[in-house]
Formats: sequence, structure tokens, C-alpha cells
Amino acid sequence: MTVASPDPAAQQRLRALLERGLPLTSRPWRRLAEQCGLSEAEVMACVERWRAEGLIKRLGLVVRHRPLGIAANAMVVWDVPEAEVGAVGRRLAAEPAVTLCYRRPRRLPDWPYNLFCMIHGSRRAHVEARLAEIVARQALEAIPHRVLFSLKAYKQCGGRFTREDASHDRRAPTPA
Amino acid sequence: MVALDALDRRLIDAFQRDLPLCERPYAAMAEQLGVSEAAVLARLNRLDAEGVLSRVGPVFDHARAGASLLAAVAVPDAERDAAAAVINASPGVNHNYAREPQAREPQAREDLVREQRYNLWFVMTAADESQLTARLDALEAELGRPLLRLPMLEAFHIDLGFPIPWAELEGA
Repeated sequence: MTVASPDPAAQQRLRALLERGLPLTSRPWRRLAEQCGLSEAEVMACVERWRAEGLIKRLGLVVRHRPLGIAANAMVVWDVPEAEVGAVGRRLAAEPAVTLCYRRPRRLPDWPYNLFCMIHGSRRAHVEARLAEIVARQALEAIPHRVLFSLKAYKQCGGRFTREDASHDRRAPTPA
Repeated sequence: MVALDALDRRLIDAFQRDLPLCERPYAAMAEQLGVSEAAVLARLNRLDAEGVLSRVGPVFDHARAGASLLAAVAVPDAERDAAAAVINASPGVNHNYAREPQAREPQAREDLVREQRYNLWFVMTAADESQLTARLDALEAELGRPLLRLPMLEAFHIDLGFPIPWAELEGA
């Protein structure tokens, strides 16, 4: 598609609209185009470009897990020697049960953990069993870790990065 | 728990990523699933109403889309709901969870007490770093408690659309 880059203010409006989700209507891009002052083709070209550039990392259904019964969500934090953190992070990320894996800074003395991963499951027992398998398979027994299970979701919605946004989701958060 | 039928599951399994980028995406999805566009829209509306569908749309890369970080604060259990409400009302907050730390493994007693304190975990987002810092500073002042600020330094795994383990849920 060869469409000249539309003006930055209109692109910013489009970004803000997209963070709220695609309208559930037959021609959603046209609806967004009307709201932000672009053409349907320009909107689709922007989204295609943002996807190609990596600004958009996923285009699709964003599902809330708790209503489906995926009630256990564990953040597992690891205290890994700096020289090993990249290798351990890549190995954890390759585990099918691991849904996110990030390196973050330590905040000593309060917080010694520098590697974070998420494991989801229907119940804590499932998540704990998967974690035990991962520790054994990846030989991580010597690396201190802590599991933080979620007790309650006070808010779960997409990121809002545009300046004109309101921080509120269009719906109240789901109870835990 | 919301009960989903086979078509709901196929919709979710097929389109957590790679939504067709065309003028009528729901019609393209419908064609792939062998149903009508109206059926896909009806399903998505119902999943939305039931709270299963957060939204249809792009997931922006936090690191490229703006500034964000994971933050935590330690509050007494009795004040947790009130503090969570303050955090939720703060501009830029998306996820906000109460978390319960389990014992550290292998066990190291001296660390337990200090680390146990962080029980509210949230993601703060902003258009840029300066706005992010301002938002965190304002929230820290409002809460009257120090925030643990943990920016992402490296992503080893960036895909948020993990496969739903339907079989495990059946047995749960």
C-alpha cells in the first residue's frame, strides 16, 4: 500500500483509539478513520507499518484469563548472577509454560531479584508443578527464587501511552 | 467461570494474533472458521459482555510505544484495598494485582521479612520517561510509601497471546 504518512496529530489520535480496541463492527478501520480524521486506507497503512516496525507486537483478541478459569497467575522472581542472567532468561523463555520473561534491575537491599517470569494455570498446584519441572529440567536448583501468586486483580487492561488518554478502562476490572 | 463452546475456543485459538488486516477483518475471520460475519461479531460481543474479551486490537510494545515500568509497594493487609484504589485512580496504571509472596527457595530466613512486604504490584505507563517519573513521584507522595521501581531491561519473551490450556481447565 502506498499512502503518504498522515499528519502526526492524526496518527496520535489513531494510537489513542487503538489502545481502546477495534470496534466490533463490519468495517472497524473505517469507523476509526472517521473518528481520527483519516481515510480507511491511511488507518490500515498506519497499522501495517506499526506492525512491521514492531511498535505493534500483536494484533488479535486480547483475552482476560480469570473468567476462563485460569485463576492462578504466578510471578516467579529469580536472583541470577549477572553473567548468567541472559542465558537463564532465554532458557526460561523457551519453556512453554512461561508466558513472559524479563530482566529487571535489583534494588538492594530490599529486592535482590533480577529476572522475572510469569506462569499461568488453572490452580496453584498446577503452576507449582510446572515450576518444579522447569527448575529440574533447567538445573536451576542453586538459583534463589520466590513465587508471588496473585491474590486479586484490581485492574487488568491494556497499556495507555498517549497523552490525551484517560487511565480508565471502559469496564470495571474483573474480580479475582 | 464462563462456559465457552467449540466456536468460542476456535475463535480464541485462531486469532489471539494475526488478525487479518483487511477492510472487513471479522468477515475474513468468519470465512476461515466457516461461519458468517454476523456470527463472529455476535460471539465477540458476547465474550466482551462476559468479560472474557478485554478488547480486539493491537498490543503495543511498551518499550517502543512509550515508557512503562513494573512497580510494587508494601502496605499492611488492612489497608490494601484502599491503597489499590488510590493506585487504580492514578493516571497511567494498567495492571494492578495483589500478590502473596511464597517462601524463598532455597530458604534464606534473613530475607523473608523484608521481601514479604511487597504485596501490591502494578504497571505504570506514560508517554515518555519524564511523565512516567512524574506519575510515579505523585503516586508515591499520595500513598506516603516508597515504590519499588523495576523497569524492564531486557525482554526474553514478548508474546502475550499464550495458548489457552483448555484440557487443563476441563479438569480443574
